[in-house]
Amino acid sequence: MLKFTSDQMSTLFSAISAMKTLYVPVEKGGEVTFGVWSETEKVRLDALKTVKSAKDLFFPQAETMMGFKMEGKNIEIQVPEEKMDEFVVFGVRACDAKSFEVLDNVFLAEPVDTYYALRRKSGIVICAACTRPEESCFCNVFGIDATAPAGDIVTWTVDGTLYWEAKTEKGEAFTAQLSEYLAEATAEEEAAVAAQNEAVKAIIAKLPYANLKVDGFTGDRMMEYFNSPKWAELYQACLGCGTCTFVCPTCQCYDIRDYDTGHGIQRYRCWDSCMYSEFTKMAGGQPRLTQLERFRQRFMHKLLYYPMNNNGLFSCVGCGRCVNKCPISMNIAKVIKALGDE
Amino acid sequence: MMSEITREDMHIPKIGIVREIIQETPDVKTFRINAPDGSPLFDHMPGQCAMISVPGVGEGMFSIPSSPTNREYMEFSIKMCGCLTSWLHSMEPGQMVTVRGPLGNHFPVENEFIGKDILVIGGGIGIAPVRSVVKYMLDHRQDYGRIDVVYGARSKEDLVYYEEMSKEWPKVPNTYVHLTIDREQEGWDGPVGFVPNYVKELNFPTDKTVIMCGPPIMIKFTLAGLMELGFQKEQVYTTMELRMKCGIGKCGRCNIGSKYVCKDGPVFRFDELDELPNEY
Ligand SMILES: Cc1cc2nc3c(=O)[nH]c(=O)nc-3n(C[C@H](O)[C@H](O)[C@H](O)COP(=O)(O)OP(=O)(O)OC[C@H]3O[C@@H](n4cnc5c(N)ncnc54)[C@H](O)[C@@H]3O)c2cc1C
Ligand code: SF4
Ligand code: SF4
Ligand code: FES
Repeated sequence: MLKFTSDQMSTLFSAISAMKTLYVPVEKGGEVTFGVWSETEKVRLDALKTVKSAKDLFFPQAETMMGFKMEGKNIEIQVPEEKMDEFVVFGVRACDAKSFEVLDNVFLAEPVDTYYALRRKSGIVICAACTRPEESCFCNVFGIDATAPAGDIVTWTVDGTLYWEAKTEKGEAFTAQLSEYLAEATAEEEAAVAAQNEAVKAIIAKLPYANLKVDGFTGDRMMEYFNSPKWAELYQACLGCGTCTFVCPTCQCYDIRDYDTGHGIQRYRCWDSCMYSEFTKMAGGQPRLTQLERFRQRFMHKLLYYPMNNNGLFSCVGCGRCVNKCPISMNIAKVIKALGDE
Repeated sequence: MMSEITREDMHIPKIGIVREIIQETPDVKTFRINAPDGSPLFDHMPGQCAMISVPGVGEGMFSIPSSPTNREYMEFSIKMCGCLTSWLHSMEPGQMVTVRGPLGNHFPVENEFIGKDILVIGGGIGIAPVRSVVKYMLDHRQDYGRIDVVYGARSKEDLVYYEEMSKEWPKVPNTYVHLTIDREQEGWDGPVGFVPNYVKELNFPTDKTVIMCGPPIMIKFTLAGLMELGFQKEQVYTTMELRMKCGIGKCGRCNIGSKYVCKDGPVFRFDELDELPNEY
């Protein structure tokens, strides 16, 4: 284990940003979200949950996929660059780090989504182990260890000192570039990190949602859950606003649209939501007629459909963003609880 | 430092040129499309689809009704129903569109269908996906047993591929075409009535493999009729239609249960559909 030798994080950040674009949690208009670091930004490493998850850096809320030059009867397809500058994202929590695995299974499956693939290849993920979990957290329910995130590099902060460990080849190569700022941690220091991790895990085990049970969500029971009478109560207050899908690090649905710039067509994609009725509407009808079906789709997908296709991996990482943000206080934790009662 | 990938991405289409447009019915046109240099756009198997787009207007999923053995052009039979399809209907030969594919799975013409008697049932524009299978089987005629095609539309004018089906297909040995229209009409001396009833009347032996595509109401009643005749759901194939955007199992739109219709479909057997939530 290494440690950062200065107590000034800005020293580290300016060293990184001298090499690559660096994203950190910054405060803007009262909300914390990942933004490009600079001396003048208000960095908020203490903020546990950014409003938008780190997903935004790999699968942006909106991105141009291609352009079309239209001249008379002629169409010319403008394919985007095959290259991208490497970038670093610092401060990714264990839940968001796990969400990359969930998204990888979708976007990197054949046929590969090259937009996502290029960003994944270019991004160096530096995680921050959690020290102060919140009441809305329940990553442990999905087997995620908040103190051992899956990044290229993992950092732990104990008594104001930043400890550092590279976990992948990419992480090691980048660590080597920062060697002048890093030194070996002592055995006592490593013990202090381990002790803090245990203390944090003990806190998590006592959080309100820590004891949710998800092992009952197995593919063979798909139709049983689908037909559960509980959905009729659960969906009632849902406004179909889609907030839960936009803040969710694992939600992957998108729309593809064209935009006329005045000198050509840009085809872009943007996040979409299964909570919207437009999502599945067709000339011949609407397969998900009411909000009940749409609400059910979101949770069935996270707890059953996705795991059925991905060796039991759930498409929820227990980040608790939907717990904090839903205007009617509905969320996946309540759904798990209600369905589990049967 | 820069990272690099090869931009081979199924979201990115190819340029296609519309070479010929055939008015099939008052609201269906068949478009013959190939690459600018005259070569085929890509290979496909019967039942697979492609996304056709006019940039700035929209992109839509369409079955490929031509046979994979046709190397001259790929056909699409498109019903006018909205923004993109109206635009396509106003096009003239020589114009460009974008095409990406092949998308989805296909009918098991190379294995399960081999040596079987095949019953094809179509209604309206639902004949498009199954026409590719029929053409493929006619091109490999010795591999299959007896072929029956039952096809119905509102009127004689609404029968897509009428010339081909009434004149060419019946000339092929052991191949039978049964056309029906909903109501009596001058100049029509063939059978009259809805597809589900006609299928029951024809009273086919139950050892056939069935391929059925058409409006949901036709599918529902024809399937019930086949069950009454003694067919099993395992024998009956269909294609599904849901709203689609990516066509490659990523955008989430066509999800039913653990399946994505664009990637795991559009071809399903009815016993497979029974295991999925009824959201289609
Ligand atoms: C697997 C598959 C195969 C298809 N094969 C054919 C075919 O061979 N021939 C053919 O004519 N059509 C086919 N369709 C339907 C075709 O994709 C739609 O009719 C077309 O995209 C509508 O585009 P539009 O811009 O003209 O309509 P829009 O202006 O977008 O909309 C008109 C109406 O159509 C609805 N709509 C939008 N997309 C679809 C869709 N994918 N399916 C149904 N309704 C939709 C809209 O909600 C609206 O109500 C197929 C669809 C799928 C999913
Ligand atoms: S469903 Fe809620 S708790 Fe689960 S990953 Fe998404 S936002 Fe986080
Ligand atoms: S569950 Fe809540 S956040 Fe999600 S769509 Fe419904 S009201 Fe909006
Ligand atoms: S159309 Fe995108 S997942 Fe099927």
